[in-house]
Amino acid sequence: MIAEIGQFALILALVIAIIQGTIPLAGAALNRAQWVAVARPAARGQFLFVIIAFCCLTHAYVTSDFSVANVAQNSHTLKPLLYKVSGVWGNHEGSMVLWVAILALFGLAVAEFGTGLPPTLRARVLSIQGLIGVAFLAFILFTSNPFLRLDPAPLEGNGLNPILQDPGLAFHPPFLYLGYVGFSMAFSFAVAALIEGRVDPAWARWVRPWTLAAWCALTVGIALGSWWAYYELGWGGWWFWDPVENASFIPWLIGTALLHSAVVVEKRDALKSWTILLAILAFSMSLLGTFLVRSGVLTSVHAFASDPERGVFILGLLVFVIGGSLTLYAIRAPQLKGGGLFAPISREGALVLNNLLLTTGAAVVLLGTLYPLILDAFGGGKVSVGPPFFNATFVPLMVPVMLAAIVGAMLSWKRADIGAVFGRLKIAFYIALIAIGVTAWFAGNLKDVLAAGGIGIAAWMIVGSALEIAERVALFKGPLSSSWRRAVGLPRSAWGMAIAHGAVGIMVAGITASSAWRVEKIQLMAPGDIITVSGYSLKFEGAKPIKGPNYHGERGLFTVTKNGKAVTTLTPEKREYPAERSQTTEAGILTMVSGDLYAVLGDKSKNPAKGGASWSTRIYFNPLVAWIWVGAILMAGGGLVSLTDRRHRIGAPKTARKAAKKSDDIKPEPVSA
Amino acid sequence: MTRKQRRMNFIVLGLLTLGVAAALVLTALEDKIVFFYSPTDVATKKHIPTNQQVRVGGLVKQGSWKKPTNDLTHRFTVTDLRHDIPISYKGIIPDIFREGQGVVVLGKLQANGNFQADEVLAKHDEKYMPPEVAEALKKSGMWKHTEDAK
Repeated sequence: MIAEIGQFALILALVIAIIQGTIPLAGAALNRAQWVAVARPAARGQFLFVIIAFCCLTHAYVTSDFSVANVAQNSHTLKPLLYKVSGVWGNHEGSMVLWVAILALFGLAVAEFGTGLPPTLRARVLSIQGLIGVAFLAFILFTSNPFLRLDPAPLEGNGLNPILQDPGLAFHPPFLYLGYVGFSMAFSFAVAALIEGRVDPAWARWVRPWTLAAWCALTVGIALGSWWAYYELGWGGWWFWDPVENASFIPWLIGTALLHSAVVVEKRDALKSWTILLAILAFSMSLLGTFLVRSGVLTSVHAFASDPERGVFILGLLVFVIGGSLTLYAIRAPQLKGGGLFAPISREGALVLNNLLLTTGAAVVLLGTLYPLILDAFGGGKVSVGPPFFNATFVPLMVPVMLAAIVGAMLSWKRADIGAVFGRLKIAFYIALIAIGVTAWFAGNLKDVLAAGGIGIAAWMIVGSALEIAERVALFKGPLSSSWRRAVGLPRSAWGMAIAHGAVGIMVAGITASSAWRVEKIQLMAPGDIITVSGYSLKFEGAKPIKGPNYHGERGLFTVTKNGKAVTTLTPEKREYPAERSQTTEAGILTMVSGDLYAVLGDKSKNPAKGGASWSTRIYFNPLVAWIWVGAILMAGGGLVSLTDRRHRIGAPKTARKAAKKSDDIKPEPVSA
Repeated sequence: MTRKQRRMNFIVLGLLTLGVAAALVLTALEDKIVFFYSPTDVATKKHIPTNQQVRVGGLVKQGSWKKPTNDLTHRFTVTDLRHDIPISYKGIIPDIFREGQGVVVLGKLQANGNFQADEVLAKHDEKYMPPEVAEALKKSGMWKHTEDAK
């Protein structure tokens, strides 16, 4: 019964989305206030019914209702509650319902909080959101219905792939989708602005918080996924340049570019059509990512069972959305007249450089991801493009971005004195040089010169961001109390930027150190054997059988000492999940600031010489690896700080519109002509 | 600066970045992409490079997986049901590695016809067949046979 309610709610949501996608759009074009006014209640209704459907599906999972095919295929009564709930989006159908639920949530947010928006713009934005909703609801209902019944219902479900039964992965998809779908806001605003034919600083001020929020969520989502891959796959790797990872990274790169270019529109009324284009691209790339993941056209470690019919549907959607929005862009963009002029050496100039390099980087990643598909389509044979390609092409493009970020942040708008800025950054430059020298000295190896460069860039970004803040609060130039007052008074967006840029530095340090100086030892160990890795002695005490709620397995025990002092014990596990008939590896990890000690228990084998049995073990020391995720989370934190900036809350420009906003709150919506 | 000049700057800078990117991509594509071969390709083609990493994929032959004794080296055979290729891999094998299932390995072909794997690619889902493997089986005309065997 509840599954049928869910199904019915989805159908109702589709009907409402069709209304939301057409009537307000027509109303705004024909100047009919009542039609325009349909947008808000429709957005609320769509949210209500999608949430009902989502709750019905969750209910089916929590109560293990195996008469629902989707639940029977992906759940199991013995699964812990957290994974019953996260199992809702651990499969294709459910994840699409989550996608639509988040889309409806954003629609609701515009309807409720977008009170400062001119009603026609708001109606158009909501309409575009409605149209995206139509496409995805139709996709769910016609190709991937999560509420299909099974008759007779099985007694037990197939279970969720145990590798996905992990807290890190429980929250990875929702954050990723918040990011993907969040870019739909920027997209809807861009398309609405193209229809209106007007882009002004106020528009950028409305778009930026949405983009920023989406970007933060996407950053967290990617970081969670990478962290999960690090500790769960048992390989000690955190990024594989896998097509599915790339599919989330390309929208992130475009989104990062969009964040920066929207600043220029807001502050200087320039780069308008470029910003619109980025907004369209960010969402298009999110859709492309969904297509790549859901259609299974690429070989990937994230191989989800796929279905060609779905692939064709998403491909059609992709052609419609990207083709349609770019056509609209081609027609309307030339009318968007740029405002502020600027010299090449200026804050705007630096942001243009940032944008060019980030989008080129995104293009390179896209090319590398799609190249095997393209080559195969033209009969060029099966190839795979792996990490060496991306390291050789993407990394060189990002180096200037990072170097320029610090300089750009100090340049003034319009026209800047670059010599003076270099003078102010002297300390950062010297510290970076010292960092390079010290690293190269300790590494003592010509091969590590590149890695030393990476550490230098990290130092440059961290110190440079700190200098920027120190200068703005006039640290040590007066009494500390006045610096403190300035620090409190500094716009949150300035803090956000410095935190995010510094965080990139932290991340670069982690990436460089963990890939350049990682130590890996693979060996057979019998109980009592000791192995030394990077100064730590690990004594293997043996392995014991264990039993969990829905698995059994072996747990190894290593006691770790350093210079004779006990440090910790590591307990890597090897688990067998009988319901799903598969195994997982749980690494034993000791996380320290200096790096991670990472132990994996492998296969048991007979060893008559050493008292019966020995195990293959893999021990890694991954220097500074935790800095990667700390950096990523700090980066998202910087975004959040910037989101709390006052000017995002004020919304509309001060004079006329602010008054309009006030009246809007009290009276029913006035419709501007 | 006039609008035209600024646009010109924009275009020149843009082209420059694209040029650099294109140069990077082209040099990388020349030697950094990895080709995929099926066991039949390996058996019938003579020109497979031995000094360069390639991928080989197929099914893990039933009964061929020899677990390591004391040298940590796994030995197994990858087959497309027409030809076989012996693989050796030193390290810990992924959890979802089973006889009779599709696998893709990355490594170098030795002069003696043995394949030294550096990496055995793990998949999330045991029901999944890597597209290259499916393709290789279709080419060898054995795709239906594996379907029947299931």
